[in-house]
Amino acid sequence: MSKIYVYGDNVDTDVIIPARYLNDPSEAALASHCMEDIDPKYASTVEQGDIIVGGANFGCGSSREHAPLAIKASGAKCVIAASFARIFYRNAINIGLPIMECPEAAANIQPGDKLTVDLASGTICDETTGKTFQAAPFPPFIENIIQSGGLIQSLIDRGLAK
Amino acid sequence: MGMTMTQKILAAHAGLSSVAPGQLIEAKLDLVHGNDVTAPVAIGVLEEYGIKQVYDRDKIVIVLDHYTPCKDIKAAQLCKVARDFARAQGLTHFYDVGEMGVEHALIPEKGLVVPGDLTIGADSHTCTYGALGAFSTGVGSTDMAAGMASGLNWFKVPSAIKVTLTGKFKPFVSGKDVMLHLIGEIGVDGALYKSLEFTGPAMGELTMDDRFTIANMAIEAGAKNGIFPVDDKTLDYLKGRTDRQPVIYEADPDAEYEREVVINLDELDSTVAMPFLPGNAKRVQEVKGIKLDQVVIGSCTNGRISDMRAAAAILKGRKVAPGVRCIVLPATQEIISQMIQEGIYMDLLEAGCAISTPTCGPCLGGHMGCMCEGEVAVSTTNRNFVGRMGHVDSKVILASPTVAAASAVMGVLADPAEL
Repeated sequence: MSKIYVYGDNVDTDVIIPARYLNDPSEAALASHCMEDIDPKYASTVEQGDIIVGGANFGCGSSREHAPLAIKASGAKCVIAASFARIFYRNAINIGLPIMECPEAAANIQPGDKLTVDLASGTICDETTGKTFQAAPFPPFIENIIQSGGLIQSLIDRGLAK
Repeated sequence: MGMTMTQKILAAHAGLSSVAPGQLIEAKLDLVHGNDVTAPVAIGVLEEYGIKQVYDRDKIVIVLDHYTPCKDIKAAQLCKVARDFARAQGLTHFYDVGEMGVEHALIPEKGLVVPGDLTIGADSHTCTYGALGAFSTGVGSTDMAAGMASGLNWFKVPSAIKVTLTGKFKPFVSGKDVMLHLIGEIGVDGALYKSLEFTGPAMGELTMDDRFTIANMAIEAGAKNGIFPVDDKTLDYLKGRTDRQPVIYEADPDAEYEREVVINLDELDSTVAMPFLPGNAKRVQEVKGIKLDQVVIGSCTNGRISDMRAAAAILKGRKVAPGVRCIVLPATQEIISQMIQEGIYMDLLEAGCAISTPTCGPCLGGHMGCMCEGEVAVSTTNRNFVGRMGHVDSKVILASPTVAAASAVMGVLADPAEL
């Protein structure tokens, strides 16, 4: 079961990883400042396999790929949100941070709940309340990118990058 | 079913006769760009996968604009990564200190985007070039790497919101007010995954700089892109900048829109966005009088020559209020040159403004104007998120250059019409 961090709507990439830390894109540096401007305790308390739950428009603002990289490097297993800002959505897929779009889960999960998620099937179980939720599946086109190991590998496999 | 401008550009670049909203396509890219923050990460991705060569050295642009002139050693290291890469790949369009500008002002100024193009950039404000009737959208560094390697990327065809502009601007009101008002109307995710397609009888009221400002902030409504029809002003802007031929797309008369928003400029007043979201729009009249510590005039949103002229028209012969720091950041070297020739540079200096070399600097709390706890700025930039310009307990109010300049003079958030 995973411990969770619950945030509201419009979590922007400036609070996920403030611009003042973008001068060092190493995983360790990004992880150490992850969520700093919305939750100063996150980086020191997050453990491998924890889950972030956001509301609508998660990851809005700057296109910085450092944001999903910071979350991934921090040890979080995935992000569940009612909706994702489109650049964050692409970036998360491209770097392999699992994301689950599920408005019902985002509306029902409360701080302190414990979750179990199955990334392959997209099921989210709130072990505290016993409720289960189903995240929207990825379209096959995107699933293919994920299956080939990311966007760049999919281009290499097709002979389109050398 | 008819297509929007955006859908037509995407279809043409995917080699398809038509596309529909929600369709996933692979399209050819006319330009791929990045900056000193995002390009080094993309370069790292290429190295990780052993990709040795970019697809076309003429179609990749790197602009060192975010932390330059370098604010610290780590930033200098990132610039070196980008500089070494640009040199090794023989990139035609690499802009370093001395010739660079804020990317979204510089790239159109250099004529690198023409109407009908499809471009991506590893910076969210890449949507700016929609002002030229091109499709342009911001992406992350891995998408930039994919674009640099292959000249291709995938897109989900967006549905659209039609924004119809009517009427005429009141004095002191400009493109920034249009956009802050619109984001206030539809919300910061009101156009999520959609295009904002601007049209209407007031198109002639908008200068190219107004259009750049409006398209620039499409992302602040969550939009994939913002786009304007091509008219004589667009074609005039291109003259002397490029030899490439524009391809002009128009929305079909039966194009489908999810909704239409009408903005009557006759009724539009100077508008600001209060902390901490660009959608917190208020008429400046409702919130005037807030005491300020800093005013920032510049950025990819409002650092163009029209913005400098608008600020100087207010500040000429006046003084920045005691206790206020007014930082002006012309977006490109060419704009600085124009300011000097027109006398605007001296007007702003004499008013007590600090005038910077081009940089994104304070907009993202990078350098050149970070704020401490409790400070408040009026800024012509694009985001007022928590901690955007420095400390988490500092505040940014987004405004037009005229509102910012009037506020600098008054020392409080002010309506330029009352100066």
